[in-house]
Amino acid sequence: MPLGAFKAALMGTAGVSTGDVVLLASTTVSSATGSVEFKGNFTSTYLEYIFAFYNMHPGTNNVSWAFNGSIDNGSNYNVTKTGSFFAAQVDESHNNAALQYQTGDDSQQATGYQNLTDGVGSDNDQSCSGVLHLFNPASTTYVKHWASRMTEYHASDYAIQVHTAGYFNDADDNIDAVDFKFESGNIDSGVIKLWGVK
Amino acid sequence: MAMTLITTNTITSGTANAAFTSSIDSTYKLYIFKLIDVHPATDGYPLRFYGSSDGNSSFVNQCSVTWYAYTPESGTPSLSYHANGDQHAGSPTDLAYTIGNDADQSLAGELWLFDPSNTTYVTHWYSRTTANGNSDESFDLFSGGYFQTASAINAVKFDMGSGNIDAAVIKMYGVG
Repeated sequence: MPLGAFKAALMGTAGVSTGDVVLLASTTVSSATGSVEFKGNFTSTYLEYIFAFYNMHPGTNNVSWAFNGSIDNGSNYNVTKTGSFFAAQVDESHNNAALQYQTGDDSQQATGYQNLTDGVGSDNDQSCSGVLHLFNPASTTYVKHWASRMTEYHASDYAIQVHTAGYFNDADDNIDAVDFKFESGNIDSGVIKLWGVK
Repeated sequence: MAMTLITTNTITSGTANAAFTSSIDSTYKLYIFKLIDVHPATDGYPLRFYGSSDGNSSFVNQCSVTWYAYTPESGTPSLSYHANGDQHAGSPTDLAYTIGNDADQSLAGELWLFDPSNTTYVTHWYSRTTANGNSDESFDLFSGGYFQTASAINAVKFDMGSGNIDAAVIKMYGVG
């Protein structure tokens, strides 16, 4: 969704406020890491949080980048969620172009990690990048909405753009931690930044 | 390129619409509206979007498209064009589908309005919202199009297809 005009802000320097978009955290993965967790950032100070992912590179071939939320500060990542997953794709030979809903990657009252991409390749030049918005995670009135847009270099040499959106179906509890990982194997490298929108 | 908060419209009780009638001018080339937990009074209607060239007195026709991914909590999901939500010479455009009014149901998302003060070209906009529908489903709805006038757009309005907005926070930012 918003990488266009937000680009300069999202690429900003850690600790620097860019207008009313404030960089809260930045994690650089430079060696094999199972997952990246953000906690202690999600309060009512901001009604929207934006994660930006830069060249997330998996240790294992053909694995989806995925996320989950927690209501107990990261002790468990298993919040019930419903959300969609659709993608546009084409391969490097300009074949197999498609725009499709992918039922195997969505969530229907599921507690597992929500895929944000299809299978990212682990070749040296393969990775995924994109943005995830999390709306009002401190709310204890409404479900918590998210929306993402990712672009990836698929393991089978496709360009794929994926949109997901949905809600954590828990109105009573705030989301106080978020975790990212590949569906199996490690994150070998990548940068994740977290922004709060005033 | 910084994003600057211009106006916050917080709705805490039944309100017919949320209008932004000032500060949409040549100061910024891009205006972004953030829609946070828009909660309708009436079950099963969309959030809608209007633009005005006369300060919210009348509303400019639009040409727009809308489509969505639909994921029920149980059942068959789909990806569809929303033929009843677009416009070819009318107003408003739907920014969502059938939003639920259960106490925990709402909509979130954003709308981008490009260069509204220009008087040479039409004024473009696009949006994306995520909402839970009144039959317990997720809608990821995309809209976009242009106002069919070269006059400046100086006001915008959001309302529900029927009934009030009972609660919401809508913020307007300037970019650039």
